[in-house]
Amino acid sequence: MMNNSCAQPMWLNGPSPGQFYNFMGGNNAPAQLPRELTTAGPYGTKHSTAAITTGSSVLGIRFDKGVLVAADTLVSYGSLARYQNIERVFQINNKILLGGGGDFADIQSIKRSIDQKMIEDQCCNDGVVMKPAELSSWLTRVLYNRRCRMNPLYIDVVVGGVDEAGKPFLGNVDLRGRAYDDYVVATGFGRHLALPLVRERKPKDREFTFEEATKLIRESMKVLYYRDTRSLPQYTVGICTANDCSIKGPFKVEENWTFAEGVTGY
Amino acid sequence: MFRGQYDNDVTVWSPQGRLFQVEYAMEAVSLGTACVGLKSKDFAVVVGLSKPTIEMGLSQPKITSIDQHVGICIAGITADARVLGTYLRTECHTYKHTYGSLYPIQRLVNNLGNKMQISTQRYDRRPLGVGLLLAGYDDKGSHLYQVMPSANVFNCKAMAIGNRSQGARTYLMKHQDNFQLCSNDELICHGIQAMSYAASIDEPLKLSIGIVGKDQPFKILTPVESLSYQKTCKPPDTSDLSWFPETLKEFDSSAASTADSAPGPSAPRTETNSQPNLSVTPKTSKNQVDNKKSS
Repeated sequence: MMNNSCAQPMWLNGPSPGQFYNFMGGNNAPAQLPRELTTAGPYGTKHSTAAITTGSSVLGIRFDKGVLVAADTLVSYGSLARYQNIERVFQINNKILLGGGGDFADIQSIKRSIDQKMIEDQCCNDGVVMKPAELSSWLTRVLYNRRCRMNPLYIDVVVGGVDEAGKPFLGNVDLRGRAYDDYVVATGFGRHLALPLVRERKPKDREFTFEEATKLIRESMKVLYYRDTRSLPQYTVGICTANDCSIKGPFKVEENWTFAEGVTGY
Repeated sequence: MFRGQYDNDVTVWSPQGRLFQVEYAMEAVSLGTACVGLKSKDFAVVVGLSKPTIEMGLSQPKITSIDQHVGICIAGITADARVLGTYLRTECHTYKHTYGSLYPIQRLVNNLGNKMQISTQRYDRRPLGVGLLLAGYDDKGSHLYQVMPSANVFNCKAMAIGNRSQGARTYLMKHQDNFQLCSNDELICHGIQAMSYAASIDEPLKLSIGIVGKDQPFKILTPVESLSYQKTCKPPDTSDLSWFPETLKEFDSSAASTADSAPGPSAPRTETNSQPNLSVTPKTSKNQVDNKKSS
């Protein structure tokens, strides 16, 4: 005789009424949405829509044996020249320089992530050093990913350096993950003011020499100081060749305002 | 093979300090047919001995390419190897997507080793029953790594794993000093000859050959190409049998008949050589590995 009072309930492990069956069997638990998308409240999370503390131009020039990356030492708060002695060109490892324009907090954030990656590289202890082109590619992925989450990092960075063979690389990645590499790259106002100046001087048949590149950096930083209101007459220059990767400076722009007496009509 | 109460579980030590389950997994490698790998300064070559798992059947793939700069040759349980191959391929692909460059070989095998180690330390896992020879080429030159079920990863100049691989290892040990400066053709020839000591003598060698190196993406030679290599490669200097493994001597019927003493494997030879284990006439294999899962 079956004892019906002890019968198992039917449809064990099934979905409760109105629910769907979990075909994944709990193996692939749905990934938790990032907190930036799950904040409670009537409006959810508000992402930043503009940079607050900003660095202006970064200028990079590639020459035959390496790259130069220059940026002035100003971090503005709106139109206020708030922080006047902050280096915006960083040495990442012995082969990579990073110059940051845009929101300085976001630059510090990405810099911290990159530094962590360099530490992980060293922890592997296999002699593999990240190349500038790889960092540029990685930044593209990260920044594009942030853009897709509608929470971009408001930065515009210049990545430069040399690879193991000593071949120089100079590239630019912006807040949407757009990237390109060229013999000269610039961010901010430098893109309008410095880029054409450098391109004008480019010999068609060869790369710049180191002397030409340094001269162009000096001239361009002067032009940027004269014509970009968010700039200072003080800048640092990162230099990366096969033998040396370091930040030089700060240097002063040779300013001369005697012509100002003749300026009229404003 | 009774090891008492210490071999039921991979997490249990024997009083002698051994992990029997891991050692059993290593046995699975020697059930698979042999793999030989060797490298020069600019090239790395893997040679696998293919045997059909069933008569008339196609043999399981011995060599699979992972990325344009890496390939593996497997010995052991093919299904386990496929899992590893998929893992390696995914890793390389992800790396390429993220960094736009090729995965550094050493980092790749170290990560693989770390992944495999987990299954030697958990009671609810089993070690993978597959050994790998991983050939690759990157910025730091050519690489050959041996990966074992015990999750050991060894950087090798040359190595042979799998069934009856001792003969091949002896050959490689004898010739290892020559490999560094070999051309790619010479390297393949050395690989084929090493393999001829791991294969039974009474059947034709059915080899798969993979090569990777400078300006040479990982390539698995077509059957025609590998046959032509087998034809042109000189047989080992059979007049000198001092290093020849004792166990194989009795099978070597041609030791006396071939008395060609010209040194080096590089000189191409057009006539079919007389050593039976390098003959290319198709014959039905009689000598099957009894474990049908192994390749």
